[in-house]
Amino acid sequence: MKEEYDIVVVGGGPAGSTAARFAAQGGASVALFEKDREIGIPVRCAEAAGLDHLSEFIPLDSQWIAQEFDRIKLVSPAGKEVKMLSPAKGAILHRRLFDHALALEAAKAGVRIHTKSYVHKVEFQADGPQTLYVKQFGEDKKVRAGMVIAADGVESRIARFAGIRTQTALKDIESCAQMLVSNIDVEASQIEFYFSERWAPGGYAWVFPKGENSANIGLGVNGAKAGPTSAMDYLKEFLAEFYPNAVALTTVAGGVPVSKCLSTLATDGLLIVGDAARQVNPVTGGGIAASLTSGRLAGIVASKAFEKRDYSAASLKEYENVWNRSHGKDYVRMYRVKEWITKLTDKDLDDLAANLQGIPAEKLTLLKLFKTAIRNKPSLLLDVIKLFAQFS
Amino acid sequence: MILIDREKCDLCGTCVSVCPEDCIELAETYLQINDEVCTKCELCVRICPVQALASRKDGSAE
Repeated sequence: MKEEYDIVVVGGGPAGSTAARFAAQGGASVALFEKDREIGIPVRCAEAAGLDHLSEFIPLDSQWIAQEFDRIKLVSPAGKEVKMLSPAKGAILHRRLFDHALALEAAKAGVRIHTKSYVHKVEFQADGPQTLYVKQFGEDKKVRAGMVIAADGVESRIARFAGIRTQTALKDIESCAQMLVSNIDVEASQIEFYFSERWAPGGYAWVFPKGENSANIGLGVNGAKAGPTSAMDYLKEFLAEFYPNAVALTTVAGGVPVSKCLSTLATDGLLIVGDAARQVNPVTGGGIAASLTSGRLAGIVASKAFEKRDYSAASLKEYENVWNRSHGKDYVRMYRVKEWITKLTDKDLDDLAANLQGIPAEKLTLLKLFKTAIRNKPSLLLDVIKLFAQFS
Repeated sequence: MILIDREKCDLCGTCVSVCPEDCIELAETYLQINDEVCTKCELCVRICPVQALASRKDGSAE
């Protein structure tokens, strides 16, 4: 392994692989360090994504598309069902293979990918170079880089080494559990969401099909409401109620940030992307889209910094500025909507479902849904219109 | 101190993100808590999706 690179990316998920790919396109030497033995596993993800957005980043491939969907079903605490068409063509992915495909794109751009390589410390210097301490197959290595891109996920520590505060408040994280289950019957082209204090306080349970007989079934509990019952316990209760014959083939736990994005996304020698930057849609908990978008943006800015050989905060702030200008406002709006959603009671949700039930699926839009939902909270009207008018 | 039930821990790192003291580290396949820095705030105990963490008040060894 080389001991000096222009750019080092820490973390081999969608944000890291995408950032590395774009960072390498201007000729910089780029290494990507993934702490796990394999890119793409474990899959701590419900795996849903919008296909049009994905296709901006990688040619769609049936190898990693498990199941397409075009309908959404929402189930209220009392069991009232609200159905709508999906606002965009969506799919449940095979994240392991999807992540492999993204890493391959990075490799084709010249990125050197190292698995089982854990970056346990970084010494940041304002004038560079940055020094990374890597454990690789039990051996300690020291690597120097002009700059670092932190794509190290919810368990991120790289940014903390640069003095950036990344701690997430309990109310801003969902404690999640998921099983890939088989031996069930599901409507393959429909994703389902269940809302109830009983199943998922401050969050929701999801059923995301992978074919007609298996699905990712999971749920998230808001951290502020997390108590003696764990997310995994809630999930077992949910499955016992709705899918008593389900056979779990995979079981995973995980945390999903539903916070504001980090306010500092760039500093001397460092860019932060994806879950590590808390770039997650706080309403849905979806992070793939933001990871790809922020990864590409960070990679492009890193590549320009390489051209100038200027990895200072002043040079790298372009990433933070462009992110804030083009996406930041929407994420702030989504955060306000999420703050309000987590306060809804089961009765509020049943009332909302009752109000929406008469609307046929093809007439119900996200805009109509949220406008109805916030009828008692007019201060959110502008946020909702700005966010969802495109889906009217 | 915070005890880790290593047979329950799924190595998801959710505890790392809520720790105000930055004393938890997910080192590939090993979760570490630095007891000297830990203030026993128990945020990690509450957020753990699989109840792998517990607080032991008497300070005796794991």
